[in-house]
Amino acid sequence: MMEFFIDPNRCIGCQSCVQACGECDTHKGHPMIHLEYVDRAHSVQTAPVVCMHCDQPTCAEVCPADAIKRTEDGVVQSARKPRCIACSNCVLACPFGVPKMQAEFNLMMKCDMCYDRTSAGKKPMCATVCPSGALFFGTREEIEKLRPRSTPVNQFRFGQQTITTKVNLMTPKTARVEYVDVAAAMNEQTIGKEITFNILTNLSDNEEAKR
Amino acid sequence: MSTLPNQLSDITNHFGPHLNFSHGVRLETGVEPDKIVETHCCFCGQQCGIKLKVKDNTVIGFEPWEDFPFNKGMLCPKGVKRYLQGEHPDRLTTALERDPASPGGFRSMPYQQAIERVASEIARIQSSYGNDAFGILSGASLTIEKAYLMGKFARVALKTPFIDYNGRLCMVSAAAGNKKAFGIDRAANPWNDILGAEVVWISGANVAECAPITTNYVWQARERGAKIIVVDPRITPIARTCDLFLPIKPGRDIALFNGILHLMIENDWLDHDFIEQNTVGFEALAEHVKQWTPRQTAEVTGISERAIRQAAELWGTAKTSFLLHARGIEHHSHGVQNVLGAINIVLASGRIGRENCGYATITGQGNGQGGREHGQKCDQLPGARDISNPEHRAFIADIWGIDEKELPGAGVDAYELIRKIDSGEIKGLLSLCFNPMVSLPDNNFVRQALEKLEFYVAIDFFLNETAHYADIVLPGSLHEEDEGIVTQIEGRVIKINQAVDPPGEARQDWRIIQDIAKALGRERGFTFGSPREMLDELRVASKGGVADYSGITYEKIERQGGVFWPCPSDDHKGTERLFEPGSWNPVAKGAGPFYFPDGKARFNVAPYTPPAEDVDDEYPIILTTGRVVSQFLSGTQTRRIGPLVNQYPEPLIEMHPQLAERLGIKDGDLATAESRRGTITLQAHVVTTIRPDTVFIPYHWPGKKSANQLTISAQDPISKIPEYKVCAVRVRKA
Repeated sequence: MMEFFIDPNRCIGCQSCVQACGECDTHKGHPMIHLEYVDRAHSVQTAPVVCMHCDQPTCAEVCPADAIKRTEDGVVQSARKPRCIACSNCVLACPFGVPKMQAEFNLMMKCDMCYDRTSAGKKPMCATVCPSGALFFGTREEIEKLRPRSTPVNQFRFGQQTITTKVNLMTPKTARVEYVDVAAAMNEQTIGKEITFNILTNLSDNEEAKR
Repeated sequence: MSTLPNQLSDITNHFGPHLNFSHGVRLETGVEPDKIVETHCCFCGQQCGIKLKVKDNTVIGFEPWEDFPFNKGMLCPKGVKRYLQGEHPDRLTTALERDPASPGGFRSMPYQQAIERVASEIARIQSSYGNDAFGILSGASLTIEKAYLMGKFARVALKTPFIDYNGRLCMVSAAAGNKKAFGIDRAANPWNDILGAEVVWISGANVAECAPITTNYVWQARERGAKIIVVDPRITPIARTCDLFLPIKPGRDIALFNGILHLMIENDWLDHDFIEQNTVGFEALAEHVKQWTPRQTAEVTGISERAIRQAAELWGTAKTSFLLHARGIEHHSHGVQNVLGAINIVLASGRIGRENCGYATITGQGNGQGGREHGQKCDQLPGARDISNPEHRAFIADIWGIDEKELPGAGVDAYELIRKIDSGEIKGLLSLCFNPMVSLPDNNFVRQALEKLEFYVAIDFFLNETAHYADIVLPGSLHEEDEGIVTQIEGRVIKINQAVDPPGEARQDWRIIQDIAKALGRERGFTFGSPREMLDELRVASKGGVADYSGITYEKIERQGGVFWPCPSDDHKGTERLFEPGSWNPVAKGAGPFYFPDGKARFNVAPYTPPAEDVDDEYPIILTTGRVVSQFLSGTQTRRIGPLVNQYPEPLIEMHPQLAERLGIKDGDLATAESRRGTITLQAHVVTTIRPDTVFIPYHWPGKKSANQLTISAQDPISKIPEYKVCAVRVRKA
């Protein structure tokens, strides 16, 4: 079975997914992917977010008009135009912040995993074009082979609510937090800020010890 | 006279850049295309495979081409939106004549009349001042057939030595370094060799933004346990998750490579057998790098001694590796020396010419590799032959049906050509696929030179900023309107397929060039009926040369998913990896795998010299320039594609908070940077991802937003590449 995997560790922020999302036939011209810098002042890290396609979608549960449907194969779709009352309940309730209220159409729209493509055996646009592998569409066997250092996770806990999703998030097997600062490995030590040099801690430290 | 024909705002009102967004049929859902054309991206050197959807002679969108082996459907945002360059409101569909009285400063004229005018001006200038008074600037985004034709047109039709190309701003330092060390200029390995490398060393290459698909190769290597070393003054997206980041001070790369080699020797991390059997020159180099102690290296490079030692240990002890570099080390007044420094640590490790042991420059332009092999470079003839070599000259003169004595000698590099315009030696210019008003350094000087031209004809599909100064503009063709071959980043020759016909009176560039030749009465040798006919002649012309394409055909490319040159015969499948033990080449003739008579690679002593313009009290900050992922080179195409412009609308000046604080600048403030040549005011982008002694400005914009108002025209003495990556500026709050 083909599944969707997000690997934020690999994201380079190029917006290829965003640009390609707008080429998808079900919502042409309107990209549904969210791609944000986490904290650009301090890092180039970006994070792409597609709809996670929850088993029990909160967006659908809070919809007063019953406008949000989940297909039999587990894809949560954009709100149905005749039913959506543009109340934005779903926008506020989604724990992943996915749905967007398109004021232009008075309609909630969101990623539908390129339903026109995936239902016809093709890959979603974003996961096909992504040049860094941050978005990947394939089998579990493929991803295990390609990403031996990460584990797919599809259960998330928000307060008392546990959510199981169709989309997987790749998380490092050994979660060592790394922080790279441009000044960390500079010869001229900078002023006024404690610099921690924590990259390559597993390598030989002999020289440093001598100094 | 080639001053601007009208107010700049009037020109841009008429000719753009205007932004094109999807509309009409491109936004409709469920449209069945008339055809889907398998071709490649029109932008960078990776030449990703892409399928274009065509309806009623318009490219209406794309489909990923998942079967193409290099990118397997992957694309960067430029590739995704490239189709918006077609059916563009700015598209030139007729010839134009400079006319200050017309709106926009140009008026349409019949194509044939324009060709006649060009021919008569060329003839007038050449008869008044000599053949050498006419110059050509060409480009490395052209197909190989067109690049070949441009070289031939200059030498045979115009009989001028003065042709050069915008690869001069791109790959020439790598090319010169590779020729000095290996005797051949091509990526040594296919990218698949990155996947199995234990260490991937990336120097001066913003891989994620400038060669985005390569990111996946590097990170796939990391998944298999590779250590990634990134050397850059900025934490680029590829650096964010690297294992070792070396924040080098711009312009100091040789010092680092020499320092690494010093430690490799000290710790005996050398492949003695390889050095003994396959190289010459190691002793002299070893003697030279004695001075490059870790302490000395740290002082010069601005990288901590500890990080240098860690890098040397990682590199020195690896069993397999791949070293990649790009413009970051090449755009220097000592760019060739930087490249030689990089090659030295590869050769000393012995890790080349084998599976998972590789080295390559990341070629920038679409046909950066192929465009520099077949004769549009000032000192070169087809097949990577040397225009000063009597045998090479005789061989090509024979194919071109001219006397060897008629063949002009070596010309000058693109910037020197501009200087010759300024000095009055060159009076007329033809440009194709080159926008020096944006792309050359110190562009105030470039403008001054252009204004002195007696006659300037530009061929382009949009009115680029240099073409503003033209007397005649001829409407050329977009990438999707022509066919031909291109050699991508790995040395793989691929085929561009035509998807649509040029609109209006626009036509394929090679037809325009041939029309000019005909109007000049110099039609002989310029009667090709198709790119295939040009390729057939080029195959003969390249035969026996180092860049041997004689066995490459459109059919073989399609059958194999590309053909790596050299491919010397019809039954040869091409050469994926260079320098394999026991391999044969036409220079060594079996003596060894490298392209010298003895078959051995050369170590080259690469002495450190500081940048041409170092910082001082007056100009205390280093300016470095580069690219962003959503724009390409001088932006003639990408500044007209709405979704790409929206992604990063204007250049920002990037600086570290420590510097910003000292200057009293906050994120989002306007800041003015000033060099000895020019001034620019841009919004400040205050980020910790850049060295505090350096500011960065991307260079894709013209006029007042052009980073090249500030850059210096200092050039490498060998490759003649300009020093885009370092000059001295002062910065203040605007």
